[in-house]
Amino acid sequence: MEHSRCRINHMQYLPGMEQITSDVCEKVMSHMNSYHPSAYTAKDVTAALNRDFCSIDDFKALLSPAAEPYLEEMAQKAQRETGRHFGNTVYLFTPLYIANYCENYCVYCGFNCHNQISRMKLSLSQIEREMNIIAQSGMEEILILTGESRAKSDVNYIGEACKLASRYFKMTGVEIYPLNTDEYRFLHACGADYVTVFQETYDTDRYETLHLLGNKRVWPYRFDAQERALMGGMRGVAFSALFGLSDFRKDALASALHAYYLQRKYPHAELSLSCPRLRPIIHNHTIRAWDVGEKQLCQILCAYRIFMPFIGITVSSRESERFRNGIAKIAATKISAGVSTGIGDHEEKYFGKETGRQRGDEQFEINDARSLGKIYRDLKTEGLQPVLNDYLYV
Amino acid sequence: MQENDTLIIGGHEFHSRFILGSGKYSLDLIEAAIKNAHAEIITLAVRRANTKEQENILDYIPKHITLLPNTSGARNAREAVRIAMLARELGCGNFIKIEIMRDSKYLLPDQTETVRATEILAKEGFIVLPYMYPDLNTARDLHNAGAAAVMPLASPIGSNKGLCTREFIQILIDEINLPVIVDAGIGRPSQACEAMEMGAAAIMANTALATAGDIPQMASAFHLAIEAGRKAYLAGLGRVLARGAASSDPLTGFLHDGEGQ
Repeated sequence: MEHSRCRINHMQYLPGMEQITSDVCEKVMSHMNSYHPSAYTAKDVTAALNRDFCSIDDFKALLSPAAEPYLEEMAQKAQRETGRHFGNTVYLFTPLYIANYCENYCVYCGFNCHNQISRMKLSLSQIEREMNIIAQSGMEEILILTGESRAKSDVNYIGEACKLASRYFKMTGVEIYPLNTDEYRFLHACGADYVTVFQETYDTDRYETLHLLGNKRVWPYRFDAQERALMGGMRGVAFSALFGLSDFRKDALASALHAYYLQRKYPHAELSLSCPRLRPIIHNHTIRAWDVGEKQLCQILCAYRIFMPFIGITVSSRESERFRNGIAKIAATKISAGVSTGIGDHEEKYFGKETGRQRGDEQFEINDARSLGKIYRDLKTEGLQPVLNDYLYV
Repeated sequence: MQENDTLIIGGHEFHSRFILGSGKYSLDLIEAAIKNAHAEIITLAVRRANTKEQENILDYIPKHITLLPNTSGARNAREAVRIAMLARELGCGNFIKIEIMRDSKYLLPDQTETVRATEILAKEGFIVLPYMYPDLNTARDLHNAGAAAVMPLASPIGSNKGLCTREFIQILIDEINLPVIVDAGIGRPSQACEAMEMGAAAIMANTALATAGDIPQMASAFHLAIEAGRKAYLAGLGRVLARGAASSDPLTGFLHDGEGQ
C-alpha cells in the first residue's frame, strides 16, 4: 500500500494526453463490473447456441464456465459463422520490431525498463534492410512495433518507418504507445492505416499493480487510443487484453465490448480482436497464463466469432503451430508468419546467416517460428486459402 | 424459349447468367464456377488483385473470362473511383462493380455515394454495375447516371437467406430498363431459380458455393437452377389464384353473339 501511494494515480491523465468525450468506456466497464461468469448455467449456454442472433447476454453465457462442456458445439457454430463471412481465407502478416526501448515498468513484459536486456533502435537504413528481407519472402502486410518510449522512438521516427514500409508492403499497421488524434493523423498520412493497442487488462485495480511506472500507467488514455486512431483517419483498429493478467473471462468480455461499442459509433471501422496469452520473458520464465489453457482460449475465440461474426480475429505466434492450424479452421482469420520479436535479426532468422551485427533482445518467447512459405503450405494442406493482401491504401 | 437468349451488358454478350462473386475465394471455387456453373464473368476484388503473392488470383482466371473488378474497401465515391482507375491500370478491363460501404458489420451499400461514383465512372468510359439496396428511386438515378446494369441485394451479404427483398427487386425488374442482376444473399439454387423466374437478368453468388459441402456439385446445381428459372420466365409463368380453383374450360364458353341465336 505504501508503494501504491507513491505511484501516480493510474486513472488520471498526464499533461499532454488528449482527453476525448466518449461514453464507450462507461458502457464497457458497466457490463464488465456486473458480469458474474458463475451465474450462467448450461441452459443459458444452449439457449445462446440455438439463437441466430447472439446478444450481449448470450455472449456472457458463452464466455462462462458453464459453456466449457459445450466447446465442440461452440466450435461448430463458430466455424459456420467464419465460413459465412470469410470463406476459407486466412490472412498472413508479419511483425517488425524496430526498437525495444521502453519507459514503462510493466512487470510481465520483457521490454520493461528494469529488465536487463540488450536494447536497440534500428536506424532508417537498418529498418529498410529488414523490410527488404521480409518483402523478399513474399510478405505484403507488416505490423511495425516499438517499445513504449516516446523519447527513444518518437512519432516522427515511427512515421519515417511507415513511409519506408509503404514502399515495400501493401498494408502497414502500427502497434506502438498510445497517441493523440493529431499524431495518429500524421501516421496515417505516412502510410499507416491500422492501429493495434492492447489494453493488457480491463481490471483497473489489477492494472495499477502491474504497470508501476511510465505513461502506460494511465489506464483511461490507453482505453481511448483506438477511438482517437479512428478520429485521426485510421481505417481499422485492433483490441485485446493480455490473457493471464486478471480474470480472463471478464477481460475477454471487455475486449469484445470495446470493439462492439466502437463499431456502433464508427460503423465504417474495420475491427479485429487478438487473443495473446502471457508468455515467458527473458529473466523470468515463470510468467505464464496459468489459468488460461488452450480450451479456455478456444472458448474465448469461438465466443468472439459467434458474438461478432464479421470481426477479424488474429492469433499470434505466442501460440503453437498445432493450435494455430486448428483455430484457423474455426475462428481465426489472420495469423502471423516468419515472426521475430527481437530487433534487427531478420537476416539471421530468414537466411540462417550469422551477420555479427548488433541486435536487440526479444519481447517474449514465440511458440511458432514457421516461415511464411511453411505456413502458406501448411494452410493449403488444411484446405484453407492463405491471402497475403486484401487491402488498398486510398 | 428463344434460341439466342443472350445477356447483354454494356454492349457485351454473355451466354451464361451466373456470375461468381468475390467475397470468399479459393482456386477450387474459381475452377468449379467456370467448369460447372459455366460462369463467363468473375468478380475480383481489386485490393486482392493488387498483389505480388505467389498465387495471384488473376493468374487463375482464364483469358476468355470477363473480369468484373469491384471496389470493395471503398468508403465513398472518391475512393471507389480511385480503385476503379487502378483496376484499369492493372489490365482488368472496363467493367467495374461499384461497392461502397460505410458499415463493416452488414456491408450495406451507400446509395448516395454509389450514384455519384457511377456518374463519374460512366463518363470515364467504364461499364458500371453498381451494388445497391433495391430502391426504385436509386435505380432510376443509377440508370440516369449511366449504369449498365443494377445489382440489388437479395438479403444481407453472405447470409444465404435468399430473396428477403423479393417485392422490391420485382419492382426494379418491372420498372427499370436495365439488366437486374441479383447480388448478395442467394444461398440456394432454388432461390436463384426463383429470382430468374421473376425476370432477373442474372445471379451473382459466392458464399452459397464457397461454403457448400461439394463445391463443383453446387456449382452445377446453380447452373441448372438458373437455366430452369430463365426458361420459366421466358415461357411465362402460369397464374396463381389467391383462393379457390379455376376450370381450364371457361365457364362463359357457351356465350355466342353470332347469327342463329
